[in-house]
Amino acid sequence: MKGYSFWSLAKNAITGHQSWPQVWRTPDIKSSYDVVIIGAGGHGLATAYYLAKAHGITNVAVIERGYLGGGNSGRNTQVTRSNYFWPQSAAFFDRSLQLYEQLSKELNFNTMLSQRGVMNLACSHHELEGMRRWANAIQINGVDSEILSPADIKRIVPLINLDTRYPIHGGFIQWRGGISRHDAVVWGYARAADALGVDIIQQCEVTGFEIANGRVAGVRTSDGTVAAGKVCIAVAGHTSVLAYKAGFRVPISSQALQAMVSEPIKPCLDAMVMSPTIHAYVSQSDRGEIVFGGGTDVYNSYAQRGGLPLLEETVAALLEMFPAFSRLRLMRQWAGIVDITPDTTPIMGKTPVDNLFITGGWGTGGYKAIPAGGETMAYTIANDKPHSLIAEFDLERFESGALIDEGAASGVSH
Amino acid sequence: MLRINCPHCGTRDEAEFRFGGESHVIRPGPDVSDSEWAEYLFNRDNPMGIHLERWCHSFGCSLWFNVARDTVTHDILATYKMGEEKPEL
Repeated sequence: MKGYSFWSLAKNAITGHQSWPQVWRTPDIKSSYDVVIIGAGGHGLATAYYLAKAHGITNVAVIERGYLGGGNSGRNTQVTRSNYFWPQSAAFFDRSLQLYEQLSKELNFNTMLSQRGVMNLACSHHELEGMRRWANAIQINGVDSEILSPADIKRIVPLINLDTRYPIHGGFIQWRGGISRHDAVVWGYARAADALGVDIIQQCEVTGFEIANGRVAGVRTSDGTVAAGKVCIAVAGHTSVLAYKAGFRVPISSQALQAMVSEPIKPCLDAMVMSPTIHAYVSQSDRGEIVFGGGTDVYNSYAQRGGLPLLEETVAALLEMFPAFSRLRLMRQWAGIVDITPDTTPIMGKTPVDNLFITGGWGTGGYKAIPAGGETMAYTIANDKPHSLIAEFDLERFESGALIDEGAASGVSH
Repeated sequence: MLRINCPHCGTRDEAEFRFGGESHVIRPGPDVSDSEWAEYLFNRDNPMGIHLERWCHSFGCSLWFNVARDTVTHDILATYKMGEEKPEL
């Protein structure tokens, strides 16, 4: 891989930017791999990267039905944070944030992390009490958080309307939280994994598994059967579909999560703002667009498009918090299919089929978990035992009852 | 916006209804294994295609009923009352 640097930029500027190399290869699929990863989103590509980088396993294919980063990796609202209530979640998501803080250097690709603070608003005395408990739990977990008064909030985001129907009583902020560029994260991992020898196969659909004696031996694809020592499912909203094909069920429901952006305007919103009660979250991208979303559409869906009732609700919630944004034109609206678990904690690790691994159940919060998700899944696949950070995120917790219920603890978009 | 045909009140907008997840889930007896109990508590059908599900007409008759809906096209193929057999689709 030719590294990006000031010198490479200067050199290519002199030659009119005509001699930049391809960022990654487009290889033909081989008949056999040590590891096949299904899904070239952030989690699949990061897993492939850490398999090659940290464990020396380079005979790896990442097979993607559509195009690289075209699913939820390209549809999320780019939020990175680790303000979790339970110690298991905090340890995992803070590891992810720490990796994000080093990611541009690690991948030699500017992921544009902007640690501008992620703020949660409380709209009643009781909600503020709950947030105090939440913020204290975050601090006990060794993660930064700070309680804010309404005056603090107004100082950080002056455009906010504090006199909402349920007035804003305060809130808290994680200053290390923020946003980064989601496509850059995906492209950075793809480029780095490709340079280490990983084959990224796009426009190739996995249609089934080769399973013998309870052990996976390969995958059937639209380009033929591929033998594989180990297989990992990393397909977000379609996790259930592939699990059915491998012969087991997962406690996941797939729903559409909408997001939308306004036309670009000058910088006016610094921190990322969320309200569980008013039910919207919003940030301003580096391109100036106001990026926002709210709840998921209530019914199961694989349609990758959102319904109008929730769109209206989300826009109304945003305008309640920021009336000035009523003057903006909405530029784009879209939806991704998110895979929601009963306790809103992901499902990672082994499956009932030997050598078949799963990283799913990311629900509405998978983007922030990409680096640690990749790192821990690579360890789990390479050593055939769960990484200590994800040991409690296994499928068996639903049987043992050891749920990690972040639903109540982690706010509007968990 | 879905248009849902409540078997009691007729066709109304989605906004009048509440979604209740998979229908026809049968609670097993008290003597089942942990895995069968977990299957009942947590595992739900999540098909890419026809899904049989419960809806409640909250802002109408307040009654629960069943809907057969395609999760890809969102087409509603049938609605039927609680206690009725699954439709042939």
